[in-house]
Amino acid sequence: MLSRLSSRNGHGMRARYSAFNLVRYGIGSGEWPRAWRDHEMKASYDVIIVGGGVHGLAVAYYLAADHGITNVAVLDKGYIGSGGSGRNTAIIRSNYLTPEGVRFYDRSVKLYERLAGELNFNVMFSQRGHLTLAHSDSSLRTMHWRAEVNKLEGIDSEVIGPQEIKALVPFMDTSESTRYPILGALYHPPGGIIRHDAVVWGYARAADALGVHIHQNTEVTGIDVSGGRVAGVRTDRGSIAAPVVVNCTAGWSTLISDMAGVDMPVTTSPLQAAVTEPVRPFLRPVIVSGTLHIYVSQTDRGELVFGASVDPFPSYSMRGSLEFTEELAGHILELMPSLSSVRVLRQWAGLCDMTPDYSPIMGVTPVEGFYVDVGWGTYGFKAGPVAGETMAQLIATQKTPELITAFGLERFSRGALVGEKGAASVGH
Amino acid sequence: MMLLPCPHCGPRNSSEFRYVGEGTARPDPGTATIGVWRDYLYTRSNPAGWTTENWFHRAGCRRYFTVERHTVSNAVRASHRPAAQARTTSDPEGLSAGTERGPDAGPG
Repeated sequence: MLSRLSSRNGHGMRARYSAFNLVRYGIGSGEWPRAWRDHEMKASYDVIIVGGGVHGLAVAYYLAADHGITNVAVLDKGYIGSGGSGRNTAIIRSNYLTPEGVRFYDRSVKLYERLAGELNFNVMFSQRGHLTLAHSDSSLRTMHWRAEVNKLEGIDSEVIGPQEIKALVPFMDTSESTRYPILGALYHPPGGIIRHDAVVWGYARAADALGVHIHQNTEVTGIDVSGGRVAGVRTDRGSIAAPVVVNCTAGWSTLISDMAGVDMPVTTSPLQAAVTEPVRPFLRPVIVSGTLHIYVSQTDRGELVFGASVDPFPSYSMRGSLEFTEELAGHILELMPSLSSVRVLRQWAGLCDMTPDYSPIMGVTPVEGFYVDVGWGTYGFKAGPVAGETMAQLIATQKTPELITAFGLERFSRGALVGEKGAASVGH
Repeated sequence: MMLLPCPHCGPRNSSEFRYVGEGTARPDPGTATIGVWRDYLYTRSNPAGWTTENWFHRAGCRRYFTVERHTVSNAVRASHRPAAQARTTSDPEGLSAGTERGPDAGPG
């Protein structure tokens, strides 16, 4: 298949995914062409992106699509999407607390809305609504605060009461007899879930079609810096020269930045998630409860996807724990007691690179040519498109786009932290 | 689940403890530069490997101690009581074991 793609179809040509081709490949004898190719590693590239998740691939795609920079390599130590991009709970929303955060994530939602058509890849974005529950006066107050900030920024977001919650989610226990009665919720209709693997594959396929090289199973072991600027990277498959290196490695970002001699205000903590056996569709919106430290949504296949807050201590371990499952199950049953006989099929953990202000670190570093797109904590997947678009713009134009000026690494020296903590600590 | 060997109480489930973090020395406010303050407040080594860190046994002896833990496997190879000096001299941040009020300290 590889030779057919590269020789007969020619560079950049792809069989489009369409109803016609579905019939053609379905009843014909041919196989679908591979969505992206393997390449020999070149001795140099214009841009090297470390990390083949949604962020790295989106940066590569927008560099090629928006700015014509195609001599780009994306390196991943495993397979693409094997890190946080394949481990998150695939929730998309923009109802944040700070104006900077709201504007930024709103752009991401807008890009996600048109992504399937743009990439010719069904990413299954399902805008089914997003409910953030309030179980106390103080969290209800924060919900009102967020709703007002959201409305000022033009986001569809409002506070609703227990009756309206019950109408949206009949299975939820909204009575006053629970341990943490539900007082209200922030309702965000454009929020929803997406198929995260499809987003990664769609960006990879589109970037590959534009000439980007994707090198999987290629681990970066060092970054060469000379005279204060980056010169290239060393990998377990040899060295590559490049004037621009972008760190898109989320949970592992400290280790990559250390190689370039850039100190990071980041700690890495696991976040655990679990999925149940499929059941009939009964839950439409995404449910989040900061008080109970859970969020839950039902996929198109009927499985319930559960997530929690980050583990209480930093670690690079991606093993799950029984404590997590017990606590999670208990809290889920407080919300929806009828789920008591549903079985959990799998659990896993992803690594979150937490920053002191629950906001990302994007842009330039003291090492010229070394860029970071990290600090994505528990909210990285939903930001993939906008992070890719703005980082590509920064690299191509050498000017920091307004959307990300608040997120620079130098804010920690100025004391200008963003303060998204109230909204983002578990609010997925 | 992770067992932490408390030097006072023996091995206990990690849920009994609160993670305190890497030990950082407070710089002199009179002479510290912006960069030094930034590092003190925010920069963390966040290693993938053996690290030395502080924990607090909140559901046990309510004392601080030091642990050597591997951050990838979560294996623990040693734990120590704080240095004797930290427990006997006054601690301006109230972080040492000696100044911590125990659960039985009574009303006050």
